[in-house]
Amino acid sequence: MELINLFIRSAFVDNMIFAFFFGMCSYLAVSKTVKTAVGLGAAVIFVLTITVPVNYLLENYVLKQGALSWLGEEYAEFDLSFLSFIMFIAVIASIVQLVEMIVEKYSPALYGALGIFLPLIAVNCAILGGALFMQEKQFPTVVHSITYGFGSGVGWFIAVVLIAAIREKIRYSHVPAPLRGVGMAFLLTGLMGLAFLGFMGFEI
Amino acid sequence: MSEVAKREPLFSKKNKKLITDPLNDTNPVTIQVLGICSALAVTVQMSNAIVMSISVMAVLILGNVIVSLLRNLIPGKIRIIVQLVIVAALVIIVDQVLKAYVYDVSKQLSVFVGLIITNCIIMGRLEAFALGNKPWASALDGLGNGIGYGVVLVIVAFFKELLGSGKLMGFDIIPESFYEFGYMNNGLMLLPPSSLVIVAIYIWIQKSRNPKLIEN
Repeated sequence: MELINLFIRSAFVDNMIFAFFFGMCSYLAVSKTVKTAVGLGAAVIFVLTITVPVNYLLENYVLKQGALSWLGEEYAEFDLSFLSFIMFIAVIASIVQLVEMIVEKYSPALYGALGIFLPLIAVNCAILGGALFMQEKQFPTVVHSITYGFGSGVGWFIAVVLIAAIREKIRYSHVPAPLRGVGMAFLLTGLMGLAFLGFMGFEI
Repeated sequence: MSEVAKREPLFSKKNKKLITDPLNDTNPVTIQVLGICSALAVTVQMSNAIVMSISVMAVLILGNVIVSLLRNLIPGKIRIIVQLVIVAALVIIVDQVLKAYVYDVSKQLSVFVGLIITNCIIMGRLEAFALGNKPWASALDGLGNGIGYGVVLVIVAFFKELLGSGKLMGFDIIPESFYEFGYMNNGLMLLPPSSLVIVAIYIWIQKSRNPKLIEN
């Protein structure tokens, strides 16, 4: 039950795009057509579900104050948390590379669909943002962090696909010339964000 | 004598353009649409926006200079990783400085300081400019883009803070008598979606003043 609530919170209430604007850069670039939006959205779900738990383990067994105590008494006081940015980004970049290689080897069809999006993801704020929020929220178990990563990914996917669908339709309307393109995308995201505020406090 | 004359002055026309262009025609936020993530989330208060833009500017200038100095040494294939490491190291320094000197602001900015690493402005400028230009020009480019980013941040924060909580930089601006007449702060302005709307209006005004920027 707690996990379902966590999932719903991370996917809808704390939606990555509408509440925190994570990954806006790539979001604006790919939300021109639904097809590319689905591709990048799926890649984000995939990578978030893997990197958040890995970073969770790294945080709890290496970086946090006292996390190194499994090495022995004298390591118990080490506090490496100032290194977390560089460690997280290194883990994310290498996992993205690894995932790309594995997918290319074992599932060419999936690689064809996600391939070009995977390298983009290493510098997508949503992925690092997920890791940093995981660090801030201090989940009790690794299962929570998997749920959180998956939920945030699903939230990102929903947001990007919804906006892409609207942007495809809006191409046929009379938008004032200076607002065409990026301006309209910002307005739409703002309005969708207002709608998503309706999920606030939503629980099962 | 002629040699001295041939050398480019520090602030030649070309170099000035590096600073002024990002303020309008190639503004990193509104025209190139880079670095939105952090730009919109930290704008509830002016002071946060100012601290954030100074941090981004510092990382951008230093990162540009370092990458530009190393541009002939970095192998092309692993340049993204090298850039990420340089930027991450700079951001850690910025984070520690903020924690030491302005702890309150650093608490409010929370994860967004860390997100400077993946701020697309920084990676974009490193890739597009610093890898192919001399250190001084890169520093100016970093300064220009940093200011272009900061201006948008401060404008958004100005409206959000003024309309949302009736304050600027934490001081009350709207006089008490307004509230007695029934004026209310618009709480909606403090929520995330309103900054998107403000940026959209900013883009609208900017592009209608400068029609060559309009997309088709």
